[in-house]
Amino acid sequence: MKINRRQILILLPVAAVAWDAILAGMPEASPNYTLTEHWWGMLVDISKCIGCGNCVRACAAENDVPEGYFRTWVERYHVADYDLANPVVDSPDGGKNGFPPMLESDGKNFFIPKMCNHCADSPCTQVCPVGATFITPDGVVLVDKDYCIGCRYCIQACPYGCRFLNPEMHTAEKCTLCYHRITKGLTTACCEACPTGARQLADLKNPKDPIHAFLRTHDVQVLKPYMATGAKLFYNDLDGSVR
Amino acid sequence: MNRFKDAEHLLRVVLVFATGAIAFLLVRAALVPQSFGQYGHYRGNAIAAIAAKPIVFAGHQTCEACHSDIRDVKRQGKHAGVNCEACHGALAKHTEDPGTIQPPKLDTAVLCVRCHEVNGAKPKSFPQVVTKEHSAGLPCETCHQPHSPLIGAGTKP
Repeated sequence: MKINRRQILILLPVAAVAWDAILAGMPEASPNYTLTEHWWGMLVDISKCIGCGNCVRACAAENDVPEGYFRTWVERYHVADYDLANPVVDSPDGGKNGFPPMLESDGKNFFIPKMCNHCADSPCTQVCPVGATFITPDGVVLVDKDYCIGCRYCIQACPYGCRFLNPEMHTAEKCTLCYHRITKGLTTACCEACPTGARQLADLKNPKDPIHAFLRTHDVQVLKPYMATGAKLFYNDLDGSVR
Repeated sequence: MNRFKDAEHLLRVVLVFATGAIAFLLVRAALVPQSFGQYGHYRGNAIAAIAAKPIVFAGHQTCEACHSDIRDVKRQGKHAGVNCEACHGALAKHTEDPGTIQPPKLDTAVLCVRCHEVNGAKPKSFPQVVTKEHSAGLPCETCHQPHSPLIGAGTKP
């Protein structure tokens, strides 16, 4: 195809207008949702988790998580008597297909679901050199995959091991707290699929959210509090051996 | 005026720098998206783009809008807190087009066992069975209706 000078002169302003529209991006996706009215977190009640793997499968289905990678996963802890410092942890295929029967009958055994802690002061967003990962005004840590250059800094920075590099896109990927669901008034896929209510989405800015009464009346912890990440994934009945 | 006989040189340097600075600002204005910096050091429109992703799980509220009979059965029983899609799987597509897209048939031999097979790491209060000893190979729904599993509790499916 040959383009002469006259056509170039016409094409250039058209391209400029189109480029402007591309940069302007999409309109507001959830019109009835106000960013500043929410502050999202999650409650995980260890005493209710049965290790069925429903959350892992639901997350994979909802978010097209690549095979062999996990935005959420379940670990099984075996803590032998008097050996709290050396728990034996297994998580076959992220707990996606449940867990085989326990071989050890002694000690303490329990399941720990894990995912992004959506930290208020997250190390992963602080190390991103291009502004591709960020915390939204409503407290969710997200990745802009159009901006991510795949340098993996954030994957190394996350103290909870919650990020991975998408093998096809070669961009960082992580739990979005089902941002496309919670902004529409739905709960996350993992919470929706959890049969025992071990996972509960929590809006910490909503005074009517049952999370407030729960936090007041239970011994709730976060993982690695000494990292001062401001984690918002609250664990009830968390054993001291969990790391 | 003698001291500044080379003023023209200075002017040229200033012009070169000014041209460079203006070119930089123009290129930056063209390349940085308008929404960058709207909420922080990131592209503000990325939030809307991520929020625009379609849902896969419909949510039990949507299911119950049509299947209120099942909801009422479920409310009476032990599975009141178990959401529809925990067993039936992600069905947002079915809610968009209930006529043509039917939920898959379920196998209680897989689904019931997934939660209720005995495992030492499960909470002690959670009802667990050793399937082989418990049912002697009979399918679970011979005795238990999944929507209200206590024996004799629910007669409707």
